[in-house]
Amino acid sequence: MFYREAGQFKTSYAADMAVFPLRQDRIGLAAIIAVAYAVAFTGSDFLLQAVLIPFLIFALAAIGLNLLTGYAGLLSLGTGAFMGVGAYACYKLTTAFPGVNFVVWVLVSGLFSAGIGVFFGLPSLRIKGFYLAVATLAAQFFLQWCFNRVPWLYNYNVSGAIDAPLRTLFGVPIVGPTATSQTRYLVVLTLVILLTWVASNLVHGRIGRMWMAIRDMDIAAELMGIKLLQSKLLAFAVSSYYCGVAGAMMVFFWYGGAEYNVFDINQSFIVLFMIIIGGLGSLIGSFFGAALIFMLPIALGIILPAILDPFGLSIGSDTIEHLRFIILGALIIFFLIVEPHGLARLWQIGKQKLRVWPFPY
Amino acid sequence: MASEAAVRRPGIEPRMVAWLFAALGVAALVVILAIAARTGAIGRGNLVYDVVVDPFVLMAQAPDLLVQTLWEGLVSGVLYALIALGFVLIFKASGVFNFAQGIMVVFAALTLVGLHEKGVPALVALVLAVGVMLVLAIAVERVVLRPLVNQPDIILFMATFGLTYFLIGLGELIFGGNPKQMIARQLYLPQGATDAAIFGGRVRFQHIDIAAAAIASLMIATLAVFFSKTRIGRALRAVADSHKAALSVGISLNQIWVIVWFTAGIVALVTGIMWGARSDVSFALQIIALKALPVLILGGFTSIPGAIVGGLIIGVGEKIGEFYWGPLLGGGIESWLAYMIALLFLLYRPQGLFGEKIIERV
Amino acid sequence: MSFMKLKLGAAAAVLIGASVLPAAAQDSIYVPLLTYRTGPFAGSGIPIADGMHDYLRMLNERDGGIGGVKIAIEECETGYDTKKGVECYESIKGKNPAVVNPYSTGITLQLIPKAAVDKIPMLSMAYGLSPSADGNIFPWIFNPPVTYWDGASVFIKHAAEKEGGLDKLKGKKIGLIHLDAPYGKEPIPLLEALAKDLGFELKLYPVTAQDMQNQGSLWLSIRRDRPDWLYLQGWGAMNPTAVKEAVKAGFPMNKMVGVWWAGGDDDARGGGAEAKGYKSLDFHAVGADFGVIKDIQKHVVDKGLSKFPKEKLGENLYNRGVYNSMLIAEAVRTAQQITGKKAVNGEDVRKGLEALNITEARLKELGMEGFAAPVKVSCEDHNGHHKVFVAEWDGTKWQKASDWIEPLKDKVRPLIEAGAKDYAEKNTGWPKRSESCAKQS
Repeated sequence: MFYREAGQFKTSYAADMAVFPLRQDRIGLAAIIAVAYAVAFTGSDFLLQAVLIPFLIFALAAIGLNLLTGYAGLLSLGTGAFMGVGAYACYKLTTAFPGVNFVVWVLVSGLFSAGIGVFFGLPSLRIKGFYLAVATLAAQFFLQWCFNRVPWLYNYNVSGAIDAPLRTLFGVPIVGPTATSQTRYLVVLTLVILLTWVASNLVHGRIGRMWMAIRDMDIAAELMGIKLLQSKLLAFAVSSYYCGVAGAMMVFFWYGGAEYNVFDINQSFIVLFMIIIGGLGSLIGSFFGAALIFMLPIALGIILPAILDPFGLSIGSDTIEHLRFIILGALIIFFLIVEPHGLARLWQIGKQKLRVWPFPY
Repeated sequence: MASEAAVRRPGIEPRMVAWLFAALGVAALVVILAIAARTGAIGRGNLVYDVVVDPFVLMAQAPDLLVQTLWEGLVSGVLYALIALGFVLIFKASGVFNFAQGIMVVFAALTLVGLHEKGVPALVALVLAVGVMLVLAIAVERVVLRPLVNQPDIILFMATFGLTYFLIGLGELIFGGNPKQMIARQLYLPQGATDAAIFGGRVRFQHIDIAAAAIASLMIATLAVFFSKTRIGRALRAVADSHKAALSVGISLNQIWVIVWFTAGIVALVTGIMWGARSDVSFALQIIALKALPVLILGGFTSIPGAIVGGLIIGVGEKIGEFYWGPLLGGGIESWLAYMIALLFLLYRPQGLFGEKIIERV
Repeated sequence: MSFMKLKLGAAAAVLIGASVLPAAAQDSIYVPLLTYRTGPFAGSGIPIADGMHDYLRMLNERDGGIGGVKIAIEECETGYDTKKGVECYESIKGKNPAVVNPYSTGITLQLIPKAAVDKIPMLSMAYGLSPSADGNIFPWIFNPPVTYWDGASVFIKHAAEKEGGLDKLKGKKIGLIHLDAPYGKEPIPLLEALAKDLGFELKLYPVTAQDMQNQGSLWLSIRRDRPDWLYLQGWGAMNPTAVKEAVKAGFPMNKMVGVWWAGGDDDARGGGAEAKGYKSLDFHAVGADFGVIKDIQKHVVDKGLSKFPKEKLGENLYNRGVYNSMLIAEAVRTAQQITGKKAVNGEDVRKGLEALNITEARLKELGMEGFAAPVKVSCEDHNGHHKVFVAEWDGTKWQKASDWIEPLKDKVRPLIEAGAKDYAEKNTGWPKRSESCAKQS
């Protein structure tokens, strides 16, 4: 009833080919963005710092991996390492040139990550599928070793850890212990919205279609005239760029510091799970997956004690930790059985049903 | 004279000539470097010397350490091969790349140790652990494999990811997270070590390592016989070739899958006992299982002898590389050396040493 | 569609719940414990967590809390992971904690800059950043009774004593097997400085967290290098594996000394009977034969309020946790004395920590006579650089094998002050100390 195209006439080709053709979609998107900015002023510190900022950062990393695995079909297990490259690059840049605006360095650090991604993506021309996953595993372990054993990367700190120095934007601190969660959230939100918009344009355009052709059957794509080398390397570059920016944001806007084992293989797995559950090949799926995988442990930590406390049963923090793993594993299997295309497909089905509501079909 | 031109004499093929030239070139290089090192033209501190000459000099200077390193590499190679064996079994029969093999190793070992802690005698605990792996195989087949029967491989691969995390959580919940000691003595596994005087130095052979190598060889031989001689083994190979054809001949896919996961479970249990006897049983073993991936790359995903050969190459290569070339790079290169070796291999021979050549059709 | 509703409803519930956190009850003192009972470090983390929890619980049960105010104990699982540690800190920050115990040097390093901003004192007992002993630069960080640099200097002193004098160390090889993490790298600056002074060669043997149980190559290198003494700065699964490998490689166990965190009972047991002679530093006694342990047994363990098995009471790491909680309780009590408030908050406990003075008589009152040495903290010296002793594993348990040894304070303190100044310079905008010096009233 509400979600219909009736009355919306397109008078130009551009309007016809828009990504969100329905006005309701555009209104909904604007509303979500408005609410997101409003939460910065109404939300509690805990909500911003521990829930929304990491959710946005992981959503960006998930978009990065989704571009590579979901759209281009190249399985990658090196996400953690690429995030690390971005973080360490940002650290070196900002400690070497502290005067330059920090946001500029965040965006530039992604380029380093893209370069490394292209280098480790070169084998993708000869190998595919699981074998490519092993190649990216080589990247993951090698880069993690570099973060630890190349002292230049962490400015020869004795502890081997990098930390976020004080940086300001228009006089307001955005990085460092004095930066409030509101300012950090606003910066992260703006960057994520911007980069999502770029990603959306990429996947709806010629490049995205090239990637999807490669994903479906790369030999046929090559026969059609798509240059495999350039497209696959571009996929690696763009994906690593997003992961690098996400990594830099993670260290500087969320944790405030990092060691080499922040970017370990588990980080790669977590982002992979996010896109599996969220939906391969879908931008909004990345957001859903990040929300579910990231907020699930927090929710469990709040809900489980809340349920059990009235009965006088106390649940140990370690049990909650174990239950997180169990529920996560079971959820993955459940989603793969019930809906292999993930939450994004459920969302699509939901929107379809909404279009014909109140009729059943 | 006309007949001469008609008959083409078998001559030296171009490829052989290329290999010959390559060998001569390497020999010449070795001679040049040896002369340079001997006369002192290049010495320690020179990059070429450090990378190409010095390690071999060190090897010659302390041959007992070389033997010890080789032995350590062989033993860890055998253990990697055991883990890879589990992968190969499942991949051969169901086409699923079972990422959960590592956690199955840990889970099996933990079950054994956990049962023993509760007071069950060791050998009974062993039988019970085998039973638990059977139950796990049946559960996995029922809950994970059957509903996903026609999905693309990547979905099944991801499902084993989910299985991994589920088993991690379940294992930690039931058995607790801290590392446990394997009940090697109660299982009549040998303890202690023998010292052998080799090349003027002392080389230590741990009895448990020798036992591990022996047991692994026995298991591989058994599996080879199982696959080629028994009815079930042939059925497994049939399923690996083509599911539809196997169904049409009357082989029950579900049964075969249970059997193959159960076999992989037993392999996992043996692996867990051997690994656990050398270093305690804990969830860190699960990450070590990732090392089996380079082994599979080298050996081929569907070949049992490939898993062994690949395991030995990776094990020895890793240890030698870490011990002699590691210090040049700052140490700790063991964490990624195996993957780099596998990566280089992939670029030249993607199907591995013994795997089936990958043919793609449009 | 109903699944969608369920998901939306759950998400809404979580968001609402997250934005309105229950505040700590006004009439209790909130003590969060950042512990780890899972993961590869759980072997070391579980006894400590239980020791800390049980002592505080005993105070609640026996005395009704501290000064009549109950202690609200909450554990947050970190898995010794820096990420999770920071997340735990963020979640407990808003609940008005009295003091934070990160129980990981890595997490401590991340939280040090936040402590001053959030006004929450940090007690990194015998771990953390060694230079944080300088109270002028780190007014909110405390690490009594001894730093890693003190410990390393005691190790050198002990090695020198066995070799026949500090001058006999010249030309010897001393190896540091350490976890490749901030914790493991802590003693390196001091050992390098002492190597330059005394003329011994320092060799570093790092072990990454993934390779903790796979130390084969490392011990091959040790065999090749043949160091005279080994100092083990390990934690978690690294310790029993190191001891086992040392036995396998035939290293003389009496020349291997572990820092106090490498002195767990399970750590030495990993080497079996041949690990006899393995030493570790310690600053409190082992065993259950103390009034405080007996009280814990009576009020907590016997009532089933503890997760720790009764037979293991008195183990080294369990007693460590008890000691830690004792410091917390005494700091809270001192804070109550200074400020006169009962339900003290972070700022008050900071004053309490700075004025901490646990005398021999007070230890006797606590039932800790012979268990620990007196602890005194001052405004400039947030550590005290107290004495430690060397314990030796006799095959079944730890025995005190030396007197209380004084660390090389004249070498350590200048380095600490230099290190603290260096830290403040590197972190631009580090606040100058503005808190007044707290004295016990």
